[in-house]
Amino acid sequence: MISAAGFAAQFTELMLAVLLAPVLTGWVNQCRAWLQNKSAPGLLQPYRVLAKLFRKEVVLAHNASPLFRFAPYLIFGCLALAAAIVPTLGTDLPLNAAADAIALVGLLALARLFIALAGMDIGTAFGSLGARREMLVGFLAEPALLMVLFTASLISGSSSLATIVETLAHRELVIHPSLAFAGVAFTMVSLAENARIPVDNPATHLELTMIHEAMVLEYSGRHLAMIEWAASLKLFVYSCVGLALFFPWGIAEGGDWLGIVLALPVLLVKLALGGAGLALIETVSAKMRIFRAPEFLGTAFLLAVLAMLVHVLLEH
Amino acid sequence: MSGTLDLTLAIATLWLAVGLAGLVAPRNLGLIRRLLFPLGAVLGLALAASALHGLFQSPTARVLPLGLPDLPFRARIDALSAFFLLLLGGVAAGISVFASGYIRRGEGTPPGLQCLYYHIFLASMALVLIADDAYFFMVAWETMALASFFLVTSDHRHAEIRRAGYLYLLIAHVGAIAILLCFGALQGGSGDYSFAGMRGVERPVGWASAAFLLALAGFGAKAGLVPLHVWLPEAHPAAPSPVSALMSAVMLKTAVYGVLRVTLDLIGTVYWWWGVIALATGLLSALGGIVFAAVQTDMKRLLAYSSIENIGLIFAGFGLTLIFRSFHMGTLAALALTATLYHCLNHACFKSLLFLCTGSVLHATHERSLGKLGGLMHRMPWVAWCALIGTIAIAGLPPLNGFASEWLLLQAFLFTPGLPHSYLNMLVPVAAAVVALTAALSGYVMVKFYGVVFLGQPREPKLAEARDAGAWERVGLAWLAAACIVLGLVPAAVIGLLDPVTRALTGFGMASLAEGWLFLAPIQPERASYSPLVFFAGIAALVGIAWLAVRLRYHGRMRRTGPWDCGFPHLDARMQDTAEGFGQPVRQVFEPFFRIEQQVPAPSDARPFFREVHDDRLWHWLYLPIARAVDRVTSLVTVLQRGRISVYLTYSFVTLLLLLLFVR
Amino acid sequence: MLLHYGPQLVNLLAAILLLLAFAMLSQRRILSLINLFAAQGFVLFLSTMLVAWLTGQNHLYGSAALTLALKVIALPWILHRLIRRLEVKWDVETLLNIPSVMLVGIVLVILAFNLALPISQLAGTVTRSTLGIALACVLLSFLMMITRSKAVPQVIGFLAMENGLFFAATSAVYGMPMVVEFGVALDVLVGALILGIFLFQIRERFDSVDTRHLERLKEQ
Repeated sequence: MISAAGFAAQFTELMLAVLLAPVLTGWVNQCRAWLQNKSAPGLLQPYRVLAKLFRKEVVLAHNASPLFRFAPYLIFGCLALAAAIVPTLGTDLPLNAAADAIALVGLLALARLFIALAGMDIGTAFGSLGARREMLVGFLAEPALLMVLFTASLISGSSSLATIVETLAHRELVIHPSLAFAGVAFTMVSLAENARIPVDNPATHLELTMIHEAMVLEYSGRHLAMIEWAASLKLFVYSCVGLALFFPWGIAEGGDWLGIVLALPVLLVKLALGGAGLALIETVSAKMRIFRAPEFLGTAFLLAVLAMLVHVLLEH
Repeated sequence: MSGTLDLTLAIATLWLAVGLAGLVAPRNLGLIRRLLFPLGAVLGLALAASALHGLFQSPTARVLPLGLPDLPFRARIDALSAFFLLLLGGVAAGISVFASGYIRRGEGTPPGLQCLYYHIFLASMALVLIADDAYFFMVAWETMALASFFLVTSDHRHAEIRRAGYLYLLIAHVGAIAILLCFGALQGGSGDYSFAGMRGVERPVGWASAAFLLALAGFGAKAGLVPLHVWLPEAHPAAPSPVSALMSAVMLKTAVYGVLRVTLDLIGTVYWWWGVIALATGLLSALGGIVFAAVQTDMKRLLAYSSIENIGLIFAGFGLTLIFRSFHMGTLAALALTATLYHCLNHACFKSLLFLCTGSVLHATHERSLGKLGGLMHRMPWVAWCALIGTIAIAGLPPLNGFASEWLLLQAFLFTPGLPHSYLNMLVPVAAAVVALTAALSGYVMVKFYGVVFLGQPREPKLAEARDAGAWERVGLAWLAAACIVLGLVPAAVIGLLDPVTRALTGFGMASLAEGWLFLAPIQPERASYSPLVFFAGIAALVGIAWLAVRLRYHGRMRRTGPWDCGFPHLDARMQDTAEGFGQPVRQVFEPFFRIEQQVPAPSDARPFFREVHDDRLWHWLYLPIARAVDRVTSLVTVLQRGRISVYLTYSFVTLLLLLLFVR
Repeated sequence: MLLHYGPQLVNLLAAILLLLAFAMLSQRRILSLINLFAAQGFVLFLSTMLVAWLTGQNHLYGSAALTLALKVIALPWILHRLIRRLEVKWDVETLLNIPSVMLVGIVLVILAFNLALPISQLAGTVTRSTLGIALACVLLSFLMMITRSKAVPQVIGFLAMENGLFFAATSAVYGMPMVVEFGVALDVLVGALILGIFLFQIRERFDSVDTRHLERLKEQ
């Protein structure tokens, strides 16, 4: 069941994700700047930032523990693996048998645990504040994401992401009302998880509102570069999960090589549209108070539960 | 398997002997630490090994030359007993090794007595697991309760510890009465109290349901199921850490064993609404437990509440097993039962590991309050890394063991739409959502626990003198940490172990369905599969490549300096987030769970003082009214109290006469 | 082709209707509430058109047109005017916090489906499985009225309830006779107007449209 072609496809997807992720972040930033009538930074700006950070020396607090120095690599590894699990081009991925949708959520949670612990490691007020808020967002967003994936799993009768995509994209077209609910919930979760407006603002260092940035305030140099890259990867992973669940058309079935080659431009178009949509949402909505965040995410969670219910009620 | 039964009995006897040996020289610390506890650990290992062997043998029973003349003790071992004996032996080995480094003088009860109680506790748990009649079971059960009561009150000079012990004893006995009545309902008028007799009895629905509800209440009281959980957060922190570990890891599981034995083995036919009750109480305990854990400021109380959560998940799995079984969906019942038992094993490992870590921290710092700890990663690296493994495991994160069992449980939920009952079909997704929420919240709680205790800056100056755990303690911690890793990485092997148990209780096994040793695939590999080893290898490879690439490509320059202070030069350790602060969002979101008393200072207060107490609402809704009612009734009875001996003698005399008349 | 997807599309529209009902339940802003109400009306219009086309019941086109005119155009316009005149555009806190309200909402959905199950099994229409959703929409609108203390959201809740009933009628029995439908439409319109006048009266009396003030009318 594990073929050389499968490995090649897996490797291609992984490399594509790692290399494409900063470009996606750059694209979203560019779109947002255009929408807000600003002159936009180049598409490759995140790469320039990464290159600069890698060259800079690391400034480390005296009481940083080994965990603090190790965490960026671990977080990067977790998110790279997550990107490898999600089918982006084809569904014949060897890693898919090792990790299903639940494991994907677990992987994202593992990365979150470590980034929160790293935030608390130095023992500054900001770090622990950020860690607390991140976990606050996480404990509602994680089950919501899981329920969204469960809805898709119930539809396709499998929690394996590859099977979900194959069922949704390559079987007879069926309209799933439950996916309407799941889609709304997933959008809300992705906004929160990727530190986007209205839950967090990736472009600010204002202490009252920071979540993600507060946690990584102590990082610098190559460590910060890894964290930033991992954040881009997270956005990429969420985008691809969204595409796989709600717009799976174009992803090649099995080890269809021609399909994979064709899937690449389709993926790029879908990502570009998704990124523009994200920028649009960010532009038209206002940042909300941190205490509204549980309400926002609670709503997402309950919508995801409703998605499962609607599936059981209407489609069963 | 008769070998296993004999060996188990022998080990229980030897444990008693080791305990008694401690009594010979109660203050000889060297003997107790270097000989008796390690011996107990070796016996634990032997028990685990023999149980492992016994798991795959056919059941054996024997009548012991003990007990009353007409009512001998019967012992029996089958796959279910063997599995729980394996859990007991394996975990007890680690805890005993740790205890041999942990026990010291000057903490209440002398070491020799502690050694006695500890080993009686171990032996009685082993006997509970092999008892084959109600009489023997109750004797062993009560011995277990009493031994643990004395262990909880080891440090009996503190009033609060005595109070905790009293509460524990009270609820343990309420539970024991329920269990006793349950056995009464089970024998169905036959008068035969042996388990073999109970299996054969045909019961009407009413009696069977009464027996099930009594068992759920009785064993639930021991397991810490809501609403009978109030003793747990009091008793666990009061006990010495190895005892907390043993109680949380093993004693709570004997209650799970009891409920499984009574429901799936002795009663046999089950009804779907039993499953709903078990599922609902389980989920309520899980969510309530973890929400309360989030606001705790005492590290052992936090872990105790997290035990309630895990027991809740275990009972949720059990409820699901009942639902599947009542609809004759054998494979799914086996899947849910596998998840339940797997989680029992996992919880035993990571919870004992974390309790032992808190023991080391307690000895190093003499501090249990989270608000006075911090930064111990630097002082106690060994304990800190072991605790990190426990933290990842308990938070249910891959690739460690907590995730494996939660994965199986969620898979069991995923397979439910197909139940021939419309309300159930809709309730199950909601239940799955609660499980997911609980799992995510446990991540929150564990970040709080680990971050506040081990990371950051020390909140008190005395923490600078903290020393890492000693060699014996390290061995115990390492054993349990290794168990967490191994159980997480080879779930297919664990399922192989559970196969005989589920086969015996539900008629179906999961072992043949696991896809080789590498992949875990319940039902069919296309539906879902998970391979922690590949998963772990994937993360390790990616992390390694990332690290190497950065290392090789770029310079490794680094400069140490103070943390970034945002232009405020007087940063100190007290400005870190406190345990209260970390719990605040959860308190806010789940406000209806708590009864909060707040004392906020006025703006003009010269000496501002802020106080906030979180109470369990159940305490005020359920326990205090009952206590008041009991008080009122007893005050009526005080009329009888006269203080004169002749009056009391008259009472006895009249009672005697009445009895004689009545019996005639 | 479309005939094959027709019932599925009706299901999808029903789900969107439910989604909008939940969105209204969790919406604080009165302005957005009116827009959601209009959106619900529009979905209702689409679904009625679809059912009419699928089943060939021509009188349903009439109801669809009526829906469009009344619920997408007329009522939202009246409501917009109302809040402009009353100057109550801002957020309104709900009596219970929103996730709790939604939790109750989920319980209502489960209940509604199980209550509708026996009826929808009797119904022979292609769209019978949506009856549960229609009932759920009615209950959710009712819940929305309960959890708001301001008068305008209560009026919107009342109107949304009628949406649910109308949807139930189309989904279960392919609509009501035209006369009844006209009657109901007129009732709703007049109801909205009367409630509008009523609101002005409340504001004149209490300087606010918070219906909690009505408690003061109680005899001591």
